[in-house]
Amino acid sequence: MTFINYASREINCKIVYYGPGLCGKTTNIQWIFEQANPEKKGKLVSLATETDRTLFFDFLPLDMGTVKGFKVRFHLYTVPGQVFYDASRKLILRGCDGVIFVADSQAARLEANIESIANLATNLKENGFDIRTIPYVLQLNKRDMPTAAPVQELEQLLRFRNEPMIEAVANRGVGVIDTLKATARQILMDLQRS
Amino acid sequence: MAKLDLVMFEEEYNQLQEIIGRLQVDSSSKVVFLVDKNGQQIAAAGDVRSIDATSLASLTAGNVAATDGLAKLIGEKEFSLLFHEGEKDNLHISIVGKRGILVVIFDQSSSLALVRLRVKKASRELQEIFERVEYRAQDQGGENAKFESPFTEITDEDIDRLFGD
Ligand SMILES: Nc1nc2c(ncn2[C@@H]2O[C@H](COP(=O)(O)OP(=O)(O)OP(=O)(O)O)[C@@H](O)[C@H]2O)c(=O)[nH]1
Ligand SMILES: [Mg+2]
Repeated sequence: MTFINYASREINCKIVYYGPGLCGKTTNIQWIFEQANPEKKGKLVSLATETDRTLFFDFLPLDMGTVKGFKVRFHLYTVPGQVFYDASRKLILRGCDGVIFVADSQAARLEANIESIANLATNLKENGFDIRTIPYVLQLNKRDMPTAAPVQELEQLLRFRNEPMIEAVANRGVGVIDTLKATARQILMDLQRS
Repeated sequence: MAKLDLVMFEEEYNQLQEIIGRLQVDSSSKVVFLVDKNGQQIAAAGDVRSIDATSLASLTAGNVAATDGLAKLIGEKEFSLLFHEGEKDNLHISIVGKRGILVVIFDQSSSLALVRLRVKKASRELQEIFERVEYRAQDQGGENAKFESPFTEITDEDIDRLFGD
């Protein structure tokens, strides 16, 4: 649900980072927060456990500039990836405009990625969305790990709708902005269709 | 298709702004925010600068969403009201229509009873406007079709510019 305010000429888009525990969702938005121009970013709100695992969500508002005279603002959210936080994940997807699936490239996490995509499909459906049509980008994170599975294998297992696929090393910022940009493109193109 | 865009026009926006402005004065509160259930701020009145409004909107929506989840767990439809009492400031959160959240921050120069009373009245007025906006969101081919979307020709350059390259 995009919120278009004709009075203040603003568009607000909600983008959700999804994926299994420790795949690097929070790292993505932390990197964006550290790099962003101070006038463009708001506060990074992190509801996390003592051990820095996301407990409810991370939230970062970003002012992106204007399109067609409208101020575009992104609201970035991450979900908690740990399996037992499912109720919270479902809540965070409410009213989202686009989803970034952050996959953990490590071979040992293949199954966790697949399960998380299935979980995303279910939770999107319960919020009235369809995983096959919502703006969606696949990020293959942790490409620097020696245990990373080959890109081709990941693609075969995780890519299901010809969505943009971006390789990343989130803690070094590699691929982070490209991922966000690919998502923004899909959302704005979607907006022009509807 | 669940993608119901919330489109708000100048006139409605001004009405909302007026109602919450009046609420802030009548309830002797410090700040009043109107927030969308998805965490986006719609309007604000009072000493807005004293608070990080964007974080407030997001956390309030998270709070309401979690409370909604709790309500469903125990078989309630929703809890219509949340109240947090602090040492100096208090937070009064209530639901307006299907997707609005009204947040009132007040200190000892007001009281819970007064805030409640004023919120009740304002909520009714807000709800009317919200229903109109919500109705339009559902009625996709209807009124929405009457105005032209500003996003008919977005180019790759437009998107590049958003990212400053
Ligand atoms: N080597 C490497 N480490 C990474 C990469 N991205 C993230 N990490 C590390 O992985 C760990 C977990 O990252 P988080 O961003 O907290 O993971 P998360 O997905 O938010 O996890 P939850 O909040 O539990 O769902 C941290 O120690 C990060 O520094 C990467 O691309 N390469
Ligand atoms: Mg996290």
